Amino acid sequence: MYDSGKIITGLIIFILLFTSPVWYNLSSNNSLVKPNPVLPTKENQKQCIESTAFMRSNHMELLNDWRYEVVRNGERTYVSGAGKHYNMSLTNTCLNCHSDRTQFCDQCHNYVGISAYCWDCHNEPQKQESSL
Amino acid sequence: MKSGRRKFLKVAGLTAFGFASDKLLGNKALAAVKLLEPGEINKELETAGVIKGERLVMIVDLRKCVSEKGCTKCIDACNHEHNIPDFGETKDEIKWIWKEPYENAFVDQENFYMTEKYESKNVPVFCNNCDNPPCVNVCPTQATWKREDGIVMMDWHRCIGCRYCMAACPYGSRSFNWRDPRPFVKEINSEFPTRTKGVVEKCMFCEERLAKGQQPACVEVCPEKALVFGNLNDSKSEVRKLLKENFSIRRKPGLGTSPEIYYLV
Amino acid sequence: MLEYALKGNKKYWSWLLFLSIIIAAGFYFYLRQLNYGLGLTGMSRNVSWGLYIAQFTFIVGVAASAVMVVLPYYLHDYKAFGKITILGEFLAIASVIMCILFVFVDLGQPSRVANIFLYPTFHSLMFWDVVALSGYLVINVIITRVSLASENKHIAPPKWIRPVIILSIPWAVSIHTVTAFLLSGLAGRPFWLTAILAPRFLASAFSAGPALLIIFCYIVKKLTKFDPGEEAIKKLALIITYAMCVNIFFILMEFFTTFYSAIPEHIAHMQYLYVGIDGHTRLVPWMWTSAILSIASLIFLIVPRLRQNKKILLIACSMVFLSIWIDKGLGLIITGFIPTPFGNVIQYWPTIPEALISLGIWAIGIFLITIFYKIALSVRRVIET
Repeated sequence: MYDSGKIITGLIIFILLFTSPVWYNLSSNNSLVKPNPVLPTKENQKQCIESTAFMRSNHMELLNDWRYEVVRNGERTYVSGAGKHYNMSLTNTCLNCHSDRTQFCDQCHNYVGISAYCWDCHNEPQKQESSL
Repeated sequence: MKSGRRKFLKVAGLTAFGFASDKLLGNKALAAVKLLEPGEINKELETAGVIKGERLVMIVDLRKCVSEKGCTKCIDACNHEHNIPDFGETKDEIKWIWKEPYENAFVDQENFYMTEKYESKNVPVFCNNCDNPPCVNVCPTQATWKREDGIVMMDWHRCIGCRYCMAACPYGSRSFNWRDPRPFVKEINSEFPTRTKGVVEKCMFCEERLAKGQQPACVEVCPEKALVFGNLNDSKSEVRKLLKENFSIRRKPGLGTSPEIYYLV
Repeated sequence: MLEYALKGNKKYWSWLLFLSIIIAAGFYFYLRQLNYGLGLTGMSRNVSWGLYIAQFTFIVGVAASAVMVVLPYYLHDYKAFGKITILGEFLAIASVIMCILFVFVDLGQPSRVANIFLYPTFHSLMFWDVVALSGYLVINVIITRVSLASENKHIAPPKWIRPVIILSIPWAVSIHTVTAFLLSGLAGRPFWLTAILAPRFLASAFSAGPALLIIFCYIVKKLTKFDPGEEAIKKLALIITYAMCVNIFFILMEFFTTFYSAIPEHIAHMQYLYVGIDGHTRLVPWMWTSAILSIASLIFLIVPRLRQNKKILLIACSMVFLSIWIDKGLGLIITGFIPTPFGNVIQYWPTIPEALISLGIWAIGIFLITIFYKIALSVRRVIET
C-alpha cells in the first residue's frame, strides 16, 4: 500500500474522532451511573396514562404525536387505551405526576447520552418551597 | 486495484446516505401506525380549539382606550400569560402587544392638523392575524400557517429561525429570540411554555385560552372594555354589530393582507 | 486528482495556513454564537437580516456569473474562453458553498435545517432558493469533475456532459432570479418591491463576477505558467463594461421612479442611503463611495485605451467588485428594514463576532478556490507539481 504511514495515521485519527461521543460520555460519568427512575408515590398518581411497557418503548412517539396534535391541529384531548380522557400537555399532564425530571426523565436520558431539549421551553411545575 | 477502492467508497457512501434518508422519512409513518394501537385518539371528540367556519377578529375601540394615560393592563396581562422576557433594552426586545403613537401605527394615514385626541394617542398594536398573511406565504417549513378559524399560528418545534416571516410582515408584528429568554422572564407562568433562542414568536389571539373557552388575556383584563374579540362569520356576534355601527380603520389595508384587527376611531 | 492539492511549495502552504487561522477564528465565534444566540450579532427586532444575508445576496451573484464564460464557449463556440471556463465553474462552486454557509450561520435553529426538505413548501421562495442553489452546486460539481477527469486522462469528455453544461446556463440565471424574488415579492418592504430587482441583480452579478475572475486570472498568471489568453481577458473586460453600463442604468431607473413619484415610503429608503434621515447617516459614506467607484470604474472600462491597459483594467475590476459589494453586500438588505414599518429609523452595524464569522466564511471560499485552482492548473501541467 502506498503512503501506508499517512493512511494508517489518518484512519486512527478518524476512528478516534468518530467515536468521540462515546469517550465524552464516559468521561462525564453519566454512562457509569445506572439509571434509577423514581416513580411517583401519591395515591392518585399510581396510574400512568398508558402501561409501563408501552410508555417505555413509545413515550417519545407519543409526545411527538401530542405536539403535532396540539400545536398544528388544535386537538388537546387524548383518549387513552383504557378510555380515559387526558389533556395533551407535557408540563400539565405528564409532569403533574412525574414532577421532578431529574429523578425521572433525566435518569435514563443521561445514561444513554440523550440531551432532551424539551426543557429549553417546556416548564417544570412550580416546585413547592419548603419553609425552613 | 485503484478502481476497486474507489468503487467501494462510492457504494459505502451511497448506502450510508440511503440508511440516513430512510431514517429521516420513515419515522413519521411509523409513529402513525404504532400509536393507533393502545389508545385511539377520538377525532370526533369536540374541543373548543379550532372551530371550522370561524373568522376570528379583534376590535380595538380607540375611543375607549386610555393607553395615553399610562394604562398598560393589556400588555402586562399578555406578557405575564405568555412568559414574555424583559431584556431591558430594545435591540433584543420581544413584544406581542405594545403601544405605538398613532402616526407610527397608521403610517400611511397621517393627517396634518388631526383631532387633538389622536395627536398624542397611543395605539395598541399586535399581530393582525391577517386573512392573507404574507408571513405564511414565505415560511419555508410551514412553521407558521393560517388555521381554519383565522389565527396565524406558530410552531416553535419546527421554526428554523430564518426570520423570513419577519422580513415579510408589513406591520413589524413578529419578534425573534435573539438569546435565551428564560432568565429574563419576571415570573414564569408554568401553564404556557417559554420559548428557546432562535425561534420567531408573535401574538396568536391566545389560542390556548380560546381552547378552554376563555377570552384572550388582553380582552379580559381591559378596564375600559376597549378590546372586543369574536367571530366575524357569526351574524349575531358583538364584533359584527360593532363594525356595522361604527367606522373602523385597519393598518395598511392597501397591501391586500386583509388584517383582522379593526380600530374604531 | 485531489492529490494535486496536497503537493505545493512553501508559498502555497503558508497561504493555506494563513486562511486556516482566519477560518478557525470564525469557527470559534460561530460556536459562541451557537451558545449565546444570534443576539451576538448587530441584528435587532427591526433589522432582522444583516451582514450574513447581505453577503449571501452578493455571493449568489458571483456564483451565477460563471455563466458569462460558459455561455459564449459552449453555446457559441467562442474558443478564446476555452482555458478559463473551468476557473469560472470552480468559482461558482466555491461561491455556492459560501452562500450555503452564510445562510446556515444566519439560522436561529441550524440543527433543524433539514426541516426545509422534510416539509417542502412550494409557495415559499426560500424553499426554491435552497433547491436552486443545491442543484447548481451539484451541476457544477459534476461538470468540473467530468471535464477535469477527462483532461487528466487526455481524452475528450463524454458527450452527455454537454447537455448538463447547457443546463447550467439557465440554472445560473435562475439562482440569482430566485434570490431576487425572495426580496421583490414582499409587499411590506417597499425598497425591495420592484420588478427591476431581479434584472438589477443579474446586471450587477455579471459585472462583479467576471471582474473577480479577471483578478483571479491575473493572480494565477503571476504565480504559475498559466496564461488565460489576451483575447479572453479582452472579451471578459468588454462583457463587464456592458454589464456595468446596464447595472448603473438600472440604478438610475430606480432613482427616477422613487424620486419622481415622490411617495414618502419609497423615498425614505433612498434618502437614508444617500443623505441620511434625521441625522442617521451610517451608510451614507459607504453608498457615496460605491457610487464614485462605480462611475470611475465605468470611465476606465468604457474608454478602450484605458480598458486595454492591464494595470488600469485590474484597478477597474477591483473598483467594480468593491462598489457592487458595498451596494449589494451592505446597502441593499439592511436598507430594506430602514425605516421600519412604523416609519422610524433603527440603525444596524455588524458586531465584531459577526464580522469575524463572515470573514471566516470568506476565508473558506478563498481556501476552496485555492485548492480548486491548484488542482485544475496541475491537471493542465502548468505548475511544477
